[in-house]
Amino acid sequence: MTKTIVDLKRGQRGIIKGFSTENIPLKLLEMGCLPGNEVVLVQTAPFRDPLYLNINGSHLAIRKETAMHIEIEILP
Amino acid sequence: MAKQINVALIGNPNTGKTSVFNQLTGLNQQVGNYPGITVEKKEGICRLPRNIKAHVLDLPGTYSLNASSLDENVVIELLLNKNDKDYPDVAVVVSDVENLKRNLLLFTQIKDLEIPTILVINMADRMKRRGISIDVAAMERELKTKVILVSARKRIGIDELKEQIANFRHISTEPCLHASSMDPEYFNRLRTAFPEQSLYKLWLVITQDVNFGNVNRNSFNLREDFVTKDESTLKRMQQKETILRYKFINDVLKKTVTVDANAAKGLRANLDKILTHKVWGYVIFFNILLLIFQAIYDWSSYPMDFIDASFMKLSEVARGFMPPGPFTDLIAEGIIPGLGGIVIFIPQIAFLFLFISILEESGYMSRVVFLMDRTMRRFGLSGKSVVPLVSGTACAIPAVMASRNIEDWKERLITILVVPFTTCSARLPVYLIIIALVIPERSFMGLNLQGLTLMLLYMLGFGMAIFSAWVLHKILKIKSKSYFVIEMPNYKVPMLKNVGINVVEKTKAFVLGAGKIILAISIILWVLASYGPGDNFSNAREIVEAQNVDANLPDAELDEMVASYKLQHSYIGNIGKAIEPAVAPLGYDWKIGIAIVSSFAAREVFVGTLATIYSVGSDEEETIKARMASETNHILGGPLFTFASGISLLLFYAFAMQCMSTLAIVKRETNTWKWPMYQLVTMTAIAYLAALIAFQTLK
Repeated sequence: MTKTIVDLKRGQRGIIKGFSTENIPLKLLEMGCLPGNEVVLVQTAPFRDPLYLNINGSHLAIRKETAMHIEIEILP
Repeated sequence: MAKQINVALIGNPNTGKTSVFNQLTGLNQQVGNYPGITVEKKEGICRLPRNIKAHVLDLPGTYSLNASSLDENVVIELLLNKNDKDYPDVAVVVSDVENLKRNLLLFTQIKDLEIPTILVINMADRMKRRGISIDVAAMERELKTKVILVSARKRIGIDELKEQIANFRHISTEPCLHASSMDPEYFNRLRTAFPEQSLYKLWLVITQDVNFGNVNRNSFNLREDFVTKDESTLKRMQQKETILRYKFINDVLKKTVTVDANAAKGLRANLDKILTHKVWGYVIFFNILLLIFQAIYDWSSYPMDFIDASFMKLSEVARGFMPPGPFTDLIAEGIIPGLGGIVIFIPQIAFLFLFISILEESGYMSRVVFLMDRTMRRFGLSGKSVVPLVSGTACAIPAVMASRNIEDWKERLITILVVPFTTCSARLPVYLIIIALVIPERSFMGLNLQGLTLMLLYMLGFGMAIFSAWVLHKILKIKSKSYFVIEMPNYKVPMLKNVGINVVEKTKAFVLGAGKIILAISIILWVLASYGPGDNFSNAREIVEAQNVDANLPDAELDEMVASYKLQHSYIGNIGKAIEPAVAPLGYDWKIGIAIVSSFAAREVFVGTLATIYSVGSDEEETIKARMASETNHILGGPLFTFASGISLLLFYAFAMQCMSTLAIVKRETNTWKWPMYQLVTMTAIAYLAALIAFQTLK
């Protein structure tokens, strides 16, 4: 099964592969969330939502419902 | 003298753009609004070498030229309109050395507009610590522009920036990448259809509909016969464009920037571990809130007492020096107490804005948004609603505007609707004076009872805001695609200059804005209280003397009775009597009724109104508080301000929507009168009921 950002553990890294929805907000892409870029899960709020990420050097937080649509390959 | 150079400062949020602006203009700046909308417009004058002057415009922070909010839209409107008087001769794009990759996206877009563009790499003083080195000359070649390393904090590079602005004619206007390569066929068609327009501008105009809409396109004269593409294709093309731009940026950065990976991890990770911790994060946030309220209540009481006493003295002095007559009365009884009611606010408002701007400047606010998002969502709000709710404790007006960066319309609307429940600083003087009157000055378990009451009132405001958000969440049927992105900026020690300017500007705007209303209302009230219709008013002395012919009263007492009789039969007395039946069940007399009615202009008018009404009725100068304490309830007997009527008043002010400026802002932000009217009616009904129940059960 395809992994998404939600499957990352704290401190784990992944490579963005693509999106499982047409409606990925442009703003997210503009902040560097693009296929091929690296993503690190920095911190989670209680109930693992929202997720505090480092994508391509940018630090940002997104909700679980958005993160579910960002497909990744988890790096060892 | 040569024409001023128009400079536009553009940049992502959190790049220190405003610090650069403050360094360029100093105190030579003014804050206004863009015509017709409530987006803040900051502009200033900067002196350049060779006696040249520049007009600098600090545009709202934006991540790209694809607008997703009103603030971002301002940037595009300006850059697309060559005829705007602020259209920049030169654009200065401010970036942060640690976020260059993301910041350059916006830069490449601006560059495509063929405006001379200078790239400022701010926070250059951090480079050494982060192990970053930049080949500036190579970067200038790649980006076809001037690149300047700046540290606004340490005042490095500012003079060079000024020099380059003065020399803007030598900067290339050639785009550094061609977005048209993503779909040559489409862009060729576009070029043939509109040969005289810049391609990228056309593209922006076409795609703004997909984003935010409402770009003024008259100057473009888009022909009907040009067939563009459907929305989802355009969306995909925008994604392609973004990918293309990042490819270009990655190439440039690979050639020009090296980062030593061994450089220290730094403060960020360690601070985040504590401040966003699942337990400690919340404990710290709660304590910061406590500290803020402590400051407002405790620390500002000293300057406030001083201001109160000074204005009382001033009235006395004015009366002593000026010849007796109606004009002196207006000054001493109308204007001075009215003004005192404004000035007394300054300490509290300054403290609030001080804390809020420190929290925002330091980067902590984003962590609070992160911590609170999940909880707030349960009530139909967003984590980003925390900022409006906290700034709502200063004033609902900036708070309503701060809700703008909430992406989801339903969450944003609910935030706007409930923000006026938070205890804004205009409620404070009302709270403080009533608490001082009806809550004993005792300690309860080591806590000051009066302070505790105030804290309860704040919690009541928040609680009501959250509760009504939940209700609205359940009843409002608005479908919206919700998404949420927030940048977690680096921690910074707040710059004294930025915080200082912010506090001064905000306090000034608030005091002047409220000041005008209060001044006007106190003059109107004074006139209404000093004159009256019919014989009852003009022959007051004769009537009172006739009634007390046998009592043989001393002159002073008789004078007071005359004054009070006159007040009752003045215009305002007549209006007040008409209102009294409506407010009597809440435990108020007609004077409070008048104060409440005039408070619908702005709550802070309450104390000033009572001060004006009372001072017309008496010749002695007393503090407002002493005067209020001696009022009696002419219906029920006994003192007017009792525990029951006090609590009832507190609840009324806690819930009622009494602020015309807030209603006006809500109208502008929601673009309809429906929502402000809804607020006015519902909130005031809740207030009336709560006050009624409180008074009837406690009396």
